Amino acid sequence: MIEIANILIVVFLLIGAFLSLVAAFGVIRLPDVYTRNHAASKSATLGVMCILIGALLYFYFIDGYFNPRIVLGIVFIFLTSPVAGHLIGRAAYNSGVKLWDQSVRDDYKEVSEKKKKLAEKVSR
Amino acid sequence: MAFQILLNMFLGFTWMFLTASYEPIAFLKGYFFGLLIIFAFRRFFPSRFYLLRVFAIISLILLFLKELVLSNVAVVKSVLKPKLDMKPGIFALPTVLERDWEITTLANLITLTPGTLVIDVSDDKKILYVHAMDIEDANEAIDSIKNTFEKAILEVSK
Repeated sequence: MIEIANILIVVFLLIGAFLSLVAAFGVIRLPDVYTRNHAASKSATLGVMCILIGALLYFYFIDGYFNPRIVLGIVFIFLTSPVAGHLIGRAAYNSGVKLWDQSVRDDYKEVSEKKKKLAEKVSR
Repeated sequence: MAFQILLNMFLGFTWMFLTASYEPIAFLKGYFFGLLIIFAFRRFFPSRFYLLRVFAIISLILLFLKELVLSNVAVVKSVLKPKLDMKPGIFALPTVLERDWEITTLANLITLTPGTLVIDVSDDKKILYVHAMDIEDANEAIDSIKNTFEKAILEVSK
């Protein structure tokens, strides 16, 4: 039983570490803010979640006690990381960061320009 | 829904006092029998049986976990590919959801699944602008979001 638990814990930790590593690679390799944001804010989510699940299983099987704070940690990651990713993307677009030159379409352009004009009118 | 849960709690407490045992297990027993009673009388309530909604929420969570794993694999693939040949872009996603919390949930779910990221919501709350890491076909992406997340959220809020 302990052996199976050990294997499970190691698998979770390794997957988590691998995903975090890939997220870091993605931040270095990908071409612009938006695609980097994908790698940073979300592969990292699942990576951290896997590591936390590994820790939870470790405490449960080896020490024999269920740690509710880890579960809360997972829940809070789920609550905060999409909001952070969304805000970074939105702030980048509205402060004029350009998309990668090989991007294929941009439906948001017109709306954003309209909004900017409106904001200028109001500020005058 | 809130009324049905309250009623169910009340039935649970009633059971506790009727059997004169004040342990959590007695409450759970009473809650279960109360659930059966509410199920039997479900057509006299104005809203639908609340357990259905609980099931809908659970299936939404499961669906989301599945999507999370699948699309993580996709992102890992495109990051580790030796050649960067993806086609990122922003597409407009029209949505039928109306209430604020539904749109928030949808936006959060889209953002949490790697490969898609909500940039903005239009002022009339009808269109979400989604940045996708790889749009082979925007219509396909729209369809898949509409058929999975939107359907599941509608199932919860029905």
